Amino acid sequence: MATDPILMSAKPSLFTRNRETLLRTLIPICVVVGLILLWQVIITVNGIPQYILPGPLAVANSLYNDWGTLWPALWVTTQITLQALALALIGGVGIAIFLVQSKWIETAFYPITVILQVTPIVAIAPLILIYAPTTQVALLICAFLVAFFPILSNMVQGLKSVDHNLLNLFDLYGASRWQTLLYLKLPSSLPYFMTGLRIGGGLALIAAVVAEFAAGSAGAGSGLAFRLLESQYRLNIPRLFAALILLSVLGVVIFMITSFIAWAFLHRWHESSLKREN
Amino acid sequence: MITSQAPLMPAPGDMRKRPLVVMRNVSKMFSSGTLALSDMSLSVEGGEFVSLLGPSGCGKSTALRIIAGLGDVSSGTIDWPSSRINSKGLPEGDISFVFQEPTLMPWQTVFGNVHLPLKLRGFSKAAAGDEIMKTLATVGLQDFADAYPRELSGGMKMRVSIARALVTKPKLLLMDEPFAALDEITRQKLNDDVLRLWRETGITVIFVTHSVFESAYLSNRIVVMKARPGRVHADFPLVTSMSRDAHYRTSEEYRQACEKVSNMLLEAIGGEEH
Repeated sequence: MATDPILMSAKPSLFTRNRETLLRTLIPICVVVGLILLWQVIITVNGIPQYILPGPLAVANSLYNDWGTLWPALWVTTQITLQALALALIGGVGIAIFLVQSKWIETAFYPITVILQVTPIVAIAPLILIYAPTTQVALLICAFLVAFFPILSNMVQGLKSVDHNLLNLFDLYGASRWQTLLYLKLPSSLPYFMTGLRIGGGLALIAAVVAEFAAGSAGAGSGLAFRLLESQYRLNIPRLFAALILLSVLGVVIFMITSFIAWAFLHRWHESSLKREN
Repeated sequence: MITSQAPLMPAPGDMRKRPLVVMRNVSKMFSSGTLALSDMSLSVEGGEFVSLLGPSGCGKSTALRIIAGLGDVSSGTIDWPSSRINSKGLPEGDISFVFQEPTLMPWQTVFGNVHLPLKLRGFSKAAAGDEIMKTLATVGLQDFADAYPRELSGGMKMRVSIARALVTKPKLLLMDEPFAALDEITRQKLNDDVLRLWRETGITVIFVTHSVFESAYLSNRIVVMKARPGRVHADFPLVTSMSRDAHYRTSEEYRQACEKVSNMLLEAIGGEEH
């Protein structure tokens, strides 16, 4: 009885495990480096001008030289995205808890959240720009509205998917509403929350960029999206590419952070974070 | 009061005192219009091991849930003559329930799962730690306190569920076909464990099952139920001269007990459908 079945299973030797990790890292890197080389070769061989398609060298050059302009813009976009995501997390979880309190509350308020979600953000951005005190706040509201819904709908689903027998058990032991929420409903909906977080993280960035397109065209703002448009007007295509690369790096970093948070919370117990062994 | 020198196998007769729980003419109608229980009366004394046996749909699980306070009765009453009653009409802290599935929280360790009933009463991990480890030891899981439910076998998960039910030291343990999903070997072992815990703690058990052999092995009183609508068909004691162990399983006495229970069950089913 004293031996743990998990510990008893033979582990692969350190060498094979390290080799697999190494290959997992090396292969994607090689593919990306290969594609960049191919890109440079095509540009050089065909003599494509920079204002149509800049080579990777020109883009790297622009990234380095224009860092003074790009870095503050990246920072602005990052701030808006993270603030919007944080607000969406608080709002989404809070409203989800409010909605599942009773069937009538959900019937009354859920349609409103759906309307907010299905209305295209670009369409309401000009309106928000009018009402919001500053462009920053307007961008924040736009990004929040988009990121908020997947978190809300996942949380509602999670809070409703609690094991009925566990609910019975909590009733039997005379648990209060607050205890049931804290010890049962919230932990039980953690996997759903994590799905919402990952989708919401990606959407917050997209919304921040889209909203800035709308705001930027009105002549204000200094995020990456505005720099992107500006580079296009000035036919500074290498800088446009540089801004684009920064945006995708930001997206990847957000994805990695949210994935890591999900893994850190779920890997001990949830099926989605377990390795399948047969 | 249970004397300090309680006999190994308390027969239903030797503990004449106020019953622990009394169901009087209880009926239960589901919202679908199905009559799940019709005019059921049952009185359980402290220290009894009662099996509710019957075909599926006879309302035995419904009866158990009603005793636990999960769901209201349509008519009739439930009394707890020897317990203090809370505002919901339930004896506070006196009942525990073991479901058919282990019903563990997958995000909590074994320790955390057993801690739950005490946590809901405001005992911290530190305050409840000794009690939890003691209870885990009684089901043989003291070395698995830090394991998560997914790392355990079906039988071990069930043991955790039993430990969680026992950690509050309840007077009455309600078990709803707890071992129905387990293999025969695990099931026998857990049957023996439950019997041992019953003897050691003097707890009262109401055990729902559809297995003649399980009920004849475990209980000292059997209530056979009939379906459509659910009601009591027969209610009789099952006193044996032997202690119930591996030896009893192959004895003539056990065979006779099984035969008696089996005939009662056949009557209950037969009277209904032919």
